[in-house]
Amino acid sequence: MSTQTAITPISISNERNVPPLGGFNFTLLSIEIRRRLRNRRTLFFTVLFPVVMFLMIGLQYMDTSVEPHRTVAQGATSVAAYIMVSMAVYGAMMASTSAGGAVAIERAQGWSRQLRLTPLTPTANIAVKIIGGLSLGLLAVVATFVAGAVVGIHLPVQVWILSGLAAWLGSLVFTAMGLMVGYLVPSDNVMQFMGPVLAFLAFFGGLFTPLKQLGGVLEQIGVWTPTYGIGEIARAPMSGDAFNWLAVGNVVLWLVLFGAGAALAFRRDTQRV
Amino acid sequence: MTQQLLSQAPAQGVAASAAVDAVGLYKAFGKVHAVNGIDLHIEPGEIVAFLGPNGAGKTTTIDMLLGLGQPDQGTVKIFGHSPRAAIARGQVSAVMQTGGLLKDITVRKTVQLTASLFANSQPVDEVLERAGIRDTGDRRVDKCSGGQQQRLRFAMGLLSDPGLLILDEPTTGMDVEGRRDFWQAIRADAARGRTVVFATHYLDEADAYADRIILLRRGQIVADGTAAEIKNLASGRIVRATVTGLDQAIVAALPGVESVELRQDGVLIRTKDSDAVARYLLNQSNATDLEITSHNLEDAFVALTSDEGSAA
Repeated sequence: MSTQTAITPISISNERNVPPLGGFNFTLLSIEIRRRLRNRRTLFFTVLFPVVMFLMIGLQYMDTSVEPHRTVAQGATSVAAYIMVSMAVYGAMMASTSAGGAVAIERAQGWSRQLRLTPLTPTANIAVKIIGGLSLGLLAVVATFVAGAVVGIHLPVQVWILSGLAAWLGSLVFTAMGLMVGYLVPSDNVMQFMGPVLAFLAFFGGLFTPLKQLGGVLEQIGVWTPTYGIGEIARAPMSGDAFNWLAVGNVVLWLVLFGAGAALAFRRDTQRV
Repeated sequence: MTQQLLSQAPAQGVAASAAVDAVGLYKAFGKVHAVNGIDLHIEPGEIVAFLGPNGAGKTTTIDMLLGLGQPDQGTVKIFGHSPRAAIARGQVSAVMQTGGLLKDITVRKTVQLTASLFANSQPVDEVLERAGIRDTGDRRVDKCSGGQQQRLRFAMGLLSDPGLLILDEPTTGMDVEGRRDFWQAIRADAARGRTVVFATHYLDEADAYADRIILLRRGQIVADGTAAEIKNLASGRIVRATVTGLDQAIVAALPGVESVELRQDGVLIRTKDSDAVARYLLNQSNATDLEITSHNLEDAFVALTSDEGSAA
């Protein structure tokens, strides 16, 4: 036996590749989604809370029509259905905000700095946050709709789909808001104060109570909240009202504002770290 | 088109690129000149220590090598690429002092996640093994000790099989045994030809594990060489001998001699060139019991980095 240990020759290659898609991949995405699903607080507010709120508030209005001249039995939409969609919007919005806001936790733990030592590009990382938020948001919308169907809400198929899609995709506004706050605030638990802020926005945006019932000044302020537009658009397929351009303008305005804010906050953050 | 071809040529050229090639680095934070004119050239395979007191510019320099900070002036090339391009190709990785870990997933998931980000990466189990944490793979990160977390960072750093590994004060907060084991793993790994650059304020670490020590003070390099060279550079050596009838003027005129003290029983000479003094004493005088003592690295460190040491 030779006493000399085998010395591995220089075997480190300098011929390297850059990963495609800026490092985006399904291992990363699946770990991200699993982490969201394992967080009990997030699950409570995004899935359980909207379902419970719908059952507590909505169930008593199953037979109350939103139309003055037709009853629910005659085919009119019930107030309960309105509340169901509003709660789905709320759940999706909580999911997106917490997914975007997760960057605050990752910054506080130094993970975002660690990621800068890997090939992952910031764009790919943000894409993972957006898709993660959409996945959890879809769960929230589906859970609320399933609860509605189970207790006997009847809607045409296209209304289920259109309202669901609007509630789900509209929540992108809140992914942008979550990212903006996440890159601004050096906090380990950004959702602890974002939760109350979102509840406040949901109330004044007409998700918990119709804006018309608030009336007067509150109604005029309410149409400017980022929750108003999404709620209106998501409920529009049920009402058959004329297309609400104010609601679309609201969504576009907030998406642009939050998106630009998130981009600025991100740039400020990466320059400092 | 032509330009693109030309710009690609050096990277694949015959001559291997330097692991680190940094020229004229300056970086200020407000009025503080954290890095004040640093040039660095590190060849593949070297193990280099950045040694210096707090605020000497070690971390700022490392951040610029990794592209985490932009130099105000100067350029950094890692294997001929910009830091960001070298990171994207997995040619350089780093082990940071604290943080940088998700607390709510396991050690193995952390390594799998990091591995998924590279175009090519080493097998997860092999890397866990090399970092000595294969049996803690299923533990959640927040349940790991400081030493285990540091090994996890090391494992993450090994995944892309980088040509250059940078460690920023890697053993802070580890106990003596943990530090020794950690460095054994690094040394064993470096034998494969990996370039290692580490910052430390532990003198013994620099002395024991680095081939080359770069001493930093106030954002500048004040010494660069092997541990032995740096010890010499600081205050040279002391030569003692029992001798009679020595001509003090001749000794004082020898190259490198700083001071000559005649004592009752002999002589004490401070010199930068102890060989010349020893040769003279043994050949040209009746000196006996000749003794040469060198300063340790700590003396050199204090002499070279203290403020009086080099008043400009």
